[in-house]
Amino acid sequence: MSAESPVAHQFEDATQQREAATLGMWVFLATEVLFFGAMFLGYTVYRLKYPEVFRLASEHTIIVIGTINTGILLLSSFTMVLAVRAAEYKRRLALITFLCITALFGIAFLVLKGFEYTQEIHEGLFPGSHFQFTEADPYTARMFFYLYFLMTGVHALHVTIGVIMLGIFALRAMLTLKLERLSTAVDLLGLYWHFVDIVWVFLFPLIYLVDRHS
Amino acid sequence: MNSIKPYVMVTGALFVLLVITVSAAYVNLGALNTPVAMLISLSKASLIVLFFMHVRHSNPLIHIFVLVGFFWLGIMLTLSLSDFLTRHP
Amino acid sequence: MNAIATPQAAPQPPIHEPNYLVVENTVRSWLLTTDHKRIGILYMISITLFFLVGGAAATLMRLNLLTPQGALVTSTTYNKLFTIHGVIMVWFFLIPSVPTVIGNFVLPMMLGARDVAFPRLNLASWYLFVGGGAFALWAIIAGGVDTGWTFYTPYSSTYANGHVIAMATGIFIAGFGSIATGLNFIVTVHKMRAPGLTWHKLPLFVWSMYSTSVILVLATPVLAITLVLMALERAFGIGIFDPAIGGDPLLFQHLFWFYSHPAVYIMILPGMGVVSEIIACFSRKAVFGYYFVAYSSVAIAVLGFVVWGHHMFVSSQSIYAGMVFSILSFLVSIPSAIKVFNWTATLYRGSIWFQTPFLYVLGFIGLFTIGGLTGLFLAALAVDVHLTDTYFVIAHFHYIMVGGMVMAYLGGLHYWWPKISGRMYPELLAKLSALFIFAGFNLTFFPQFILGYLGMPRRYHAYAPEFQVLNVLSTAGASILAIGYFLPLAYFLWSLRYGKVAGRNPWNATGLEWTTDSPPPKHNFAVVPVVTEPPYAYDPVAAEEALAAERKQREPAYVR
Repeated sequence: MSAESPVAHQFEDATQQREAATLGMWVFLATEVLFFGAMFLGYTVYRLKYPEVFRLASEHTIIVIGTINTGILLLSSFTMVLAVRAAEYKRRLALITFLCITALFGIAFLVLKGFEYTQEIHEGLFPGSHFQFTEADPYTARMFFYLYFLMTGVHALHVTIGVIMLGIFALRAMLTLKLERLSTAVDLLGLYWHFVDIVWVFLFPLIYLVDRHS
Repeated sequence: MNSIKPYVMVTGALFVLLVITVSAAYVNLGALNTPVAMLISLSKASLIVLFFMHVRHSNPLIHIFVLVGFFWLGIMLTLSLSDFLTRHP
Repeated sequence: MNAIATPQAAPQPPIHEPNYLVVENTVRSWLLTTDHKRIGILYMISITLFFLVGGAAATLMRLNLLTPQGALVTSTTYNKLFTIHGVIMVWFFLIPSVPTVIGNFVLPMMLGARDVAFPRLNLASWYLFVGGGAFALWAIIAGGVDTGWTFYTPYSSTYANGHVIAMATGIFIAGFGSIATGLNFIVTVHKMRAPGLTWHKLPLFVWSMYSTSVILVLATPVLAITLVLMALERAFGIGIFDPAIGGDPLLFQHLFWFYSHPAVYIMILPGMGVVSEIIACFSRKAVFGYYFVAYSSVAIAVLGFVVWGHHMFVSSQSIYAGMVFSILSFLVSIPSAIKVFNWTATLYRGSIWFQTPFLYVLGFIGLFTIGGLTGLFLAALAVDVHLTDTYFVIAHFHYIMVGGMVMAYLGGLHYWWPKISGRMYPELLAKLSALFIFAGFNLTFFPQFILGYLGMPRRYHAYAPEFQVLNVLSTAGASILAIGYFLPLAYFLWSLRYGKVAGRNPWNATGLEWTTDSPPPKHNFAVVPVVTEPPYAYDPVAAEEALAAERKQREPAYVR
């Protein structure tokens, strides 16, 4: 590995710097597991308490959009991996391209999510004062949708942050003279992006696939 | 340069698992539906962690931190559910 | 003298740079510093200011409790006072105290590093702390919050009047500051140790700080999201904690205590680390059972996460869960007890040097033991039913947090003050302050054990008349305690100008931080230290012999 970012004064060499940065990102991801995890606990508690209502409520989620969005995120992880690889091999055009494609996938995810939210709000499924649900106790169903909007909303916020960072990095990749300075940073952004994908991988069946066979 | 083939294969595997996840939801497996779905999610997550996040080639310290986050979540879920699941109806 | 204390690495060569305090002196160079030592000072000033706010609340509470009618303030105001006291003291004083002041200053130096792994993140953590604190102070000034520092729903999410969301926002922001600090320390300890400094050569303070950082990083995110959920429920009237809509208030409590119990270990572990350092130095003896003390820190961090339900024994939590949490709570006392035994064993056949840091540490060991033992009372399900929400609980945690942690913080400040400022504090006055604090503390809080046992509830602004004598004693103690706290504030400031110049190693201690100048240069070391010795390479026998020789010198002629 050739010289990359100038080594900060607290480090002895570039390797130590890179290892420290990577470890730091993983520690941050561990905090994110607990951050999302608390919401998963809330979901678990109420799903166990009101299985029937959750089942019925879940059927109102738009499985087509959810599935397509899952596919989009999986593909975006693939292109992110290619971006990290391009950064490592100092291939500028490939790096910019894959960062942009990944960002576009992220935007597509958000657009579909927005469309989905709009649809659900029209159906009166947003847990506000206009919430309506006829098939089961509306208060309990409202909790499902509260958890749905909350968890997918926090997730979408993380996707948005990721998309912005991807854009910034694509710009840096275009403008910087020394591409090797970006290698570690792109790697870390990749870790973040894959994590956001993993959260969705767990969220998807819990929201959309509670019961599709009845 | 390393081949991108492993990444392509992992992506392929992820999509196969996605198809299985959705299809399985349409089959009545009774109480097993949720555990099956979660197991498939766990497999997808493991593939992403090991291959996309390069954990397979990284040093054991990273392995520990990956597991620690999920293990701690497990503690929170298990002990909380020990309350919620053992209350009198 | 080196036979008595062998430092872990060779002393640094003479350093000709200006020290970190004077190297630049613009406001900008302080507010935009990335030097861990300056950040430690910034934190020290901030937490002292918050301590004064929290202390003011406590003063008003204790004054109100002089009479059974509680005529000084209304009940709502009293509720606001104990909320402010709890929120400020927990999140804006104790949790930061040792980690961000002593940890920031000393940890990189103990590792032989020039700084922490992410210095800019370190600065960001201070701004997050101060920013969060601003929200909390605003919430107080704008009228306060009366939910208690525990923010139980549905009171906090539905019925409370007051600036709950502002306060919760302040804690949320400050929480991210502490996550940043924990993250920084974890990476620093893993990746930036000096050559030769293996894990088993690390000072025990580093082990404690590492364990604390693990807790910070894993527990605080849960608090963050819990506060968000509570705030959303309060703001929009929909959520998951309100029983009226099928929610469960206990879910809030589980989420809250999942963080807040480990938080108390965040508050004590760093103090334990300080105790280990000071005990070794002032008994001239390596800490007994190094591995036990080191790994007990890790054990406390881990076990601390599985006991939170003991705060919920009477909450209508399942009795089976209660039993599980009760047993686990007994287990978590074991590593703490191991430490106390090992510290005591360190004293045996040591060469004791009664300086102020050592006084504080002796106070810690005694008072922490009392606090910890009373925790066992509370961990017993049946006894807890009688004692919960009484003054017994208050006495228990104040013995640990104030008798323990605050004393450890003060002890650490005195121990490392020469390194931080280059000056010595006045020893006699310092010893006197320590005595004031010890006496004042016990007079304040011991009566509260009795009050709790007799049934006086906590968080009440008024009480039954038969409790008055004990309450008056407690308030009297608080006034002595207050004097004890103001004295160090005064003489530390005094010492900056008039204190004796300290020199590199006034205590003849063995840590890497003592091999460099006091105050240190900006990058701590001139050459990277190479560690060859174990920690605490003290020789108590040689120390005693040196003392005996010195005494013999001083004997008058007609005795010799």
